[in-house]
Amino acid sequence: MSQPYMFEKPLGLRDTLPQAQQEISRLEMIFQRELQRWGYDFIKTPALEYAETIGRASAIADHRLFKFLDAEGHPVVLRPDMTTPIARIAASSLRQAPLPLRLAYTADLYRSQRKEGGHPSEFEQTGAELIGDATPYADVEVISLMMSLLEKSGLESVRLAVGHVGFVNAFFYDIVKDKNVVERLRNLLYNKNDVGFHEYVATLGLPSDVARQLNTFVDSRRMNNDETLEFLKTVVSGSATPVHSYYRNIIELVHLLKMDHLEGQIDLDITLVPHLSYYTGFVFQGFGGNLGFPVASGGRYDDLLAKFNRPCPATGFGIRLDRLMSAIKTPIDRNAQHKRAVIYNRENAGKAMRFAASEREKGHAVVLQHADGIDNPETFEQQFEAVNYFLERTETSE
Amino acid sequence: MNKSVITIAMPKGRIFGDACRLLRNAGFQLPETFETTRKLILDLDSEPFRFILAKPVDVPTYVEYGAADLGIAGKDVLLESGRDVYEMVDLGISKCHMAVAGLPQHQSRNPFLKIATKYPNIASDFYRRRGEQVDLIALNGSIELAPIVGLADAIVDIVSTGQTLKENGLVEFDRLLDISSRLIVNPVSYRLKKTLIDQIVEKMIKATEGTKVGMD
Repeated sequence: MSQPYMFEKPLGLRDTLPQAQQEISRLEMIFQRELQRWGYDFIKTPALEYAETIGRASAIADHRLFKFLDAEGHPVVLRPDMTTPIARIAASSLRQAPLPLRLAYTADLYRSQRKEGGHPSEFEQTGAELIGDATPYADVEVISLMMSLLEKSGLESVRLAVGHVGFVNAFFYDIVKDKNVVERLRNLLYNKNDVGFHEYVATLGLPSDVARQLNTFVDSRRMNNDETLEFLKTVVSGSATPVHSYYRNIIELVHLLKMDHLEGQIDLDITLVPHLSYYTGFVFQGFGGNLGFPVASGGRYDDLLAKFNRPCPATGFGIRLDRLMSAIKTPIDRNAQHKRAVIYNRENAGKAMRFAASEREKGHAVVLQHADGIDNPETFEQQFEAVNYFLERTETSE
Repeated sequence: MNKSVITIAMPKGRIFGDACRLLRNAGFQLPETFETTRKLILDLDSEPFRFILAKPVDVPTYVEYGAADLGIAGKDVLLESGRDVYEMVDLGISKCHMAVAGLPQHQSRNPFLKIATKYPNIASDFYRRRGEQVDLIALNGSIELAPIVGLADAIVDIVSTGQTLKENGLVEFDRLLDISSRLIVNPVSYRLKKTLIDQIVEKMIKATEGTKVGMD
């Protein structure tokens, strides 16, 4: 590698300058207040975790992990998600805590990027996990909470897509009875490759009515919610237990979302298969504003805690603050903090300090600056919405 | 200001004529000058649609980032770029295939085969699956030159009629995959403009069924 320039950062990493940081702090504060109002407790975990535990359980592809050795020679990773560390805590330090647990976090996550700029390797995420409740009421709670956070952030035209990977797996297995084929079909859904899905179904040699059912399944993305439910009803009629109970959960979820007046913003899309492979039930993604990427995602992961020896159902979500910021159309306000300046000289130092202190007490942001320390008064003063001068010469100094 | 609500990315070049014909069959009122204009952005009068004319390899990028809601792209470009977009319809147009080709009776003197290609990801994936070690050389055009001037032992490229290979004295060794153009959709646009996009998709499927008959 060539010598890095002095100002360079490692690939995929970036600095957050004051204006962007102000917007991030604004979002963090909104989210913290709202999450606490819903009764979620904030926690923090280390940035480094063991590769054999968190690294493996996290389901982020190996080549996307930042992996190296710690001082003792153990392979460690920079945490690629927060759900897995929280599962670790729920299964260890909080093992005795009464269920369900409601935990929240804001943290930087690390995923190495191969593609061009615009996809950072380090990004901040706020999320919540509801651990120990297997009912669809828990799924509705985290979905409503996520929608509430997105609305409160100022994001316009918030929409949500909801699917159910448990249903997808069980439904496919009922039809093809082969785990590898199910995996392949699910992968085609994950890759959003409808054309490939139809082509693959044609190679399976299935009876034509069954093949048609699979093809209609992938095309059901183009149905509205009522049509989707109607379609699901026809496919579950002859099928075995897991498909049926998942179907009942889907009906219940849609019913509850209606009661929560969220139904108009929600697109029930049974073909939705997100990348994280630990999801077992409902999965969802949040969209809005002008951005081409989802700003939030989540789902149910009932098998993850078992990897830490505490089998326990759980569901949760994460909101990407970097994406949310680009999706929200906030005009850049250069005086977002409405700072004032107090410029003083030696003779008025005491007066200026007392004035600044009393202004700060009132809640204003005040910069206290000695006149001699200013290089260019004109450009310096432009940064402030008001400037107070304490520069009079005292008469005794003649 | 533009009142368009749906932006469609079109590939300039080889696929463009086929794509325009299909769009007209699907009921889009494209202006007559569409194929000849040098403008890169065109708004329709009759419907709230905007077309942008991009280099074919860039179409999936415009769509992935949401600068375009939909796009028409070859399967070769989609596979090579690996962009996160919905591949919703096989449009059945601009059919061709990807192949390995080279000089007949060529004996390689390289320890590993040298393969020149515009599609390093597809070629690398193909040889990895076969367990063959090769050296890939990425080129941007006129790939047929590479084996003739001794830059590579073979090439991986798309073949439509085979005329270019023939005129340069090359023969096809292996067929990797069949290629046609696809209708792709940005995942977020799909959620936010579902009704309109579904209508377009349905129209395109209908128009495509016409082209597909007799081809299978």
